Amino acid sequence: MKRQWIQRLGFALLTLAALVVVAPILLVIGSVVVQGVGAISWEFLTTMPRSGMKEGGILPAIAGTLVLTLGTALAAIPVGVGGAIYLAEYARDTWLTRAIRLAIINLAGIPSVVYGLFGLGLFVLFLQLGTSIVAGSLTLAIMTLPVIISAAEEALRAVPVEFRTVSASLGGTRWQGIRHIVLPQALPGIITGVILGLLRAAGETAPIMFTVAAFYLPRVPTALSDETMALPYHLYVISTQVPGMPLSVQYGTALVLLMVILSLNLVATLMRGYFRRRRPW
Amino acid sequence: MRAPGRRARWFEFAIESFIRVMGFSTIAFVLLILFFLLREGAPILFEVPLDNLLGVRWYPTFDLFGTIPLFLGSALVTVTAIAIALPLGVATAVFVREVAPRWAREVLKPLIEILAGIPSVVLGFFGMTLIAPAMRQALGIPTGLTAFTGALLLAYMALPTIISVADDALDAVPKSYRDAALAMGATQWQTIWRVVVPAARSGIVTAVMLGLGRAIGETMAVMMVTGNAARLPLTLDSLVRPVRTMTATVAAEMGEVAQGSPHYHALFGIGIILFLVTLAINLTAAVTIFKKRRRGGLR
Repeated sequence: MKRQWIQRLGFALLTLAALVVVAPILLVIGSVVVQGVGAISWEFLTTMPRSGMKEGGILPAIAGTLVLTLGTALAAIPVGVGGAIYLAEYARDTWLTRAIRLAIINLAGIPSVVYGLFGLGLFVLFLQLGTSIVAGSLTLAIMTLPVIISAAEEALRAVPVEFRTVSASLGGTRWQGIRHIVLPQALPGIITGVILGLLRAAGETAPIMFTVAAFYLPRVPTALSDETMALPYHLYVISTQVPGMPLSVQYGTALVLLMVILSLNLVATLMRGYFRRRRPW
Repeated sequence: MRAPGRRARWFEFAIESFIRVMGFSTIAFVLLILFFLLREGAPILFEVPLDNLLGVRWYPTFDLFGTIPLFLGSALVTVTAIAIALPLGVATAVFVREVAPRWAREVLKPLIEILAGIPSVVLGFFGMTLIAPAMRQALGIPTGLTAFTGALLLAYMALPTIISVADDALDAVPKSYRDAALAMGATQWQTIWRVVVPAARSGIVTAVMLGLGRAIGETMAVMMVTGNAARLPLTLDSLVRPVRTMTATVAAEMGEVAQGSPHYHALFGIGIILFLVTLAINLTAAVTIFKKRRRGGLR
């Protein structure tokens, strides 16, 4: 009988732990939504900030984050997917392959602020790109690589090996097999991985602080060599650097950022679930 | 599919070379990162004597670059965070895998993924506006921006990593272990507590390592809620006083330094320390994972 009570107590503690983990997540999202929704208006989303960012909208920050995310995608997708194809389809188990895997693990573990330093050292100063959208996007792209490579490799490996043998038996070359058979099958998984990587890039602050982000620049970026405002950095600025900032503007900005991230997250989750159920083999 | 002609064969060669280069690029990036950190950071070793760098006072305006308080600040916040996140994370992983009804699992997993995706600046903002004031009132301290506030946020940022790795470790425990324990008359709880969790022990150690690596490099949230006072966190009340971490120092000061000054080099020097610490942590974790894979599963 005593054992049953201990079991009940144990399970209760485990349930409690799960609740303690989950409750704050709901609290964060809930409080940002409740307090931020009042600030959201058409004007907030589509106009320039005014009177020291205390009034007006956050359009340049939204535009900046979109442009940076797009730039990151352009730079990271070819390298990430190419790297994944190499690891999944070409690489043999040699010391070199193991070195690549260690490099990926290492890249995934490097602190975001160190990426910022690296971007400053290489892109901004050494390559003389200046604080610019190119420099910021390239920095973010390298940071996102491990996420994209890992997810894409997993998606490629999930395609049964028979698909490749059949393609080869019909006289297809290795690349033809990959291009026409394997890649289309793995595409949903790859896209999910890319979205998860970009979502991380879109929310990061530290890597863009020294490479692209502008404190206050009330215009939409027009060239790759422009500095730009960006949502995460803007939230940091208005919540710590500007005294007397109305709380509603801060919560509104946090809400917009959170919505960008959560909607990307939702798309990735739905895609993964949908294609997992529909997988034809 | 047509048999490849000469042009197609050339194209195939080009594309395969491209793929190969992309494959090796990750190694190049790691080396590039290390090179540029050293290039901008190493000069500090020649500009400032070592006993200054290893001193206990970080006042760059007075040319005092003692990294010890920053290092200890990072250590204090990170270790406290893991002390909070480890029991919570492992318990949640056990709950999700062994106890939870299906519907609870379907709710928990996506929520934890969402937590992993919330930008650290949003968590920092939340910590500043809600947790810090609450902490100040509850503990009656002069400011809520303390090491503990930072550790609390960091714990939640490390949780998704810890939960997912611990979950893999539990998954790798063979079903026969469970069956054997249950067959001997153990309750479900005894099976979990005495058999499954101990069998997953080394996977859980890996979870802690990766959580540590994640926590020590976290920047924005920590910078926004720890108060950023570069004091030596050696007294008993350090947890409820402001503290300053290595990451926060770099992020806060890099914008204001003159390029090429000793201060600038010192900040890159901190970057080198961060790089090496996370490298060591992640390689250790990776080696255990590689070893376990060969023996079959994360046990």
